[in-house]
Amino acid sequence: MDMKATKKKLGLKEKYAHMTRGLGWDTTYQPMDKVFPQAAFEGIKIHDWDKWEDPFRLTMDAYWKYQAEKERKLYAVLDAFAQNNGHLGITDARYLNAVKLFLTGISPLEYVAHRGFAAAGRNFPGVGPRVACLMQSIDEVRHAQTQIHALSNYNKFYEGFHAGATHQIERVWYLSVPKSFFDDAFSAGPFEWMIAIGFSFEYVLTNLLFVPFMSGAAYNGDMATVTFGFSAQSDEARHMTLGLECIKFMLEQDPDNLPIVQKWIDKWAWRGIRVLTLVGMMMDYMLPKRVMSWKEAWEIYFEQNGGALFNDLAKYGIKVPECITQCTVDKEHISHQAWATFYQYAHASDFHTWLPNDEEMDWLSAKYPNTFDKYYRPRFTQWREMADKGERFYNNTLPMLCQVCQIPMVFTEPDDPTKICYRESEYQGEKYHTCSDGCKHIFDDEPEKYIQAWLPVHQIYQGNCFPEGTDPTVEGFDPMLKVLEWYHIENGKDNMDYEGSGDQANFAAWRGMATQNT
Amino acid sequence: MSTVFIAFQTNEDTRPIIESILADNPHAVLDEQPAMVKINAEGSLVIKRESIEERIGRDFDLQELQVNLITLSGNMDEDDDQLTLAWKN
Ligand SMILES: [Fe+2]
Ligand SMILES: [Fe+2]
Repeated sequence: MDMKATKKKLGLKEKYAHMTRGLGWDTTYQPMDKVFPQAAFEGIKIHDWDKWEDPFRLTMDAYWKYQAEKERKLYAVLDAFAQNNGHLGITDARYLNAVKLFLTGISPLEYVAHRGFAAAGRNFPGVGPRVACLMQSIDEVRHAQTQIHALSNYNKFYEGFHAGATHQIERVWYLSVPKSFFDDAFSAGPFEWMIAIGFSFEYVLTNLLFVPFMSGAAYNGDMATVTFGFSAQSDEARHMTLGLECIKFMLEQDPDNLPIVQKWIDKWAWRGIRVLTLVGMMMDYMLPKRVMSWKEAWEIYFEQNGGALFNDLAKYGIKVPECITQCTVDKEHISHQAWATFYQYAHASDFHTWLPNDEEMDWLSAKYPNTFDKYYRPRFTQWREMADKGERFYNNTLPMLCQVCQIPMVFTEPDDPTKICYRESEYQGEKYHTCSDGCKHIFDDEPEKYIQAWLPVHQIYQGNCFPEGTDPTVEGFDPMLKVLEWYHIENGKDNMDYEGSGDQANFAAWRGMATQNT
Repeated sequence: MSTVFIAFQTNEDTRPIIESILADNPHAVLDEQPAMVKINAEGSLVIKRESIEERIGRDFDLQELQVNLITLSGNMDEDDDQLTLAWKN
């Protein structure tokens, strides 16, 4: 890049003051509290919005200039990728299953984040956060669009990309996990949204999502994903500082805000960590070339870095989220439990699965000395023996889902990794089940919210997940096939084992053509 | 004391930036990862406009850092001349 730094007429701080604070005014035709009706109902007390500080002090003119530069760089790489058959440069087409999970599970969240920050910007009476939320809202729609553009290159060649970022997120069983996370945040008030997404997701957890994903993509030769990932990530530092500023601002404005903020931190740390199970599985099982284990990433980015953050927030009376004890146990289990689940339900997923080979199992033993050989290697070995005999194991019973995080009940008790963990609550005479103390706690605090959850398994059993006009009474009706049709998952193409898939055969053939003359 | 960090994409734009940071922060530790360079430092880290300008031979606006930034940790403060990251404990 060769940018010209223009000689400034105003210093950064002055310019920021004029171009943000200077633009605001108080309404007179209608009282302010009627114009900003969502600013008070959550109980957060703000006395002086002018105390808000945006550490980046970014103004719109600079914003457009840098965002335009990012887009130019990104699309130059995407063109080069398409023109040079960049898809053949990846380590192995098996890797693309992680990318499918990203496109169907994460990209739609970018779009919801766009809407959510637009709403937060509208609902905050203060000018500082309003401008910062506006920029983040534009960033997020850029992320959704650039991800779809980048990954459409893979859709020309591989299965599982065709339903893209819109159709499946509202239907497919495992995608309801990330979707319900954002729905929960978006249906809260603007302050809770900021703690949920701005603070917990962007500040505490984003490094666990993007940094390993993008380093993994780089390691596996996926130039398209690295490029959109880093382009999106370059906005992330600004989002993180917004999240951190927001929490400090709430805590400094009024001591009554502390218990509310603490409750939200506890809730959203747990909600976010549950969603990240998918990332843990991706890191430990889906990358042909691995960067680091989920446990290692957790220790660097959550335990060390999150630890530093919570030390810093201790001066306001903020405590480390209460779920931390369970997380310390879970970090050695969840990725294995999740991959085992997808292996069993590979017929109902929009990507392929496989069993770890010997070398991969040895890597897992080394990374998880306390758990892998004891609990998980025997399970994978057993399934391999069954598959070798032609009895590949598929689980044909639909699992019960957690009412809050919507993950199937596959996690184990914190003190017994051989026992499935579930909790039960009663509300208005009905029983509801959750996967953990963390999710039960969240349910019990707002049962009227979570009883409305759209749970994919319940919906399938209620007959709501078939294509229009389906008659379940006809002879030979196969509900699973009809559900797949409704999901836009092509049975035998998009789902089941990688071994023997079209992706595997095509990649081998095309790579052969790229390196030989026949 | 807690560790702050900042990470950039590995490319020709960031090479002189990384050099400047390492020169201005003798306590900083370089961590090179696939496509990414991360700098860790105990307590605090400072990025100075002048040091970068010396290396690239032109005027530099610290907000240009945003184009290649990946992530950071710590409380941030930025003005025209420097950007600091710090944990105040
Ligand atoms: Fe984003
Ligand atoms: Fe749950």
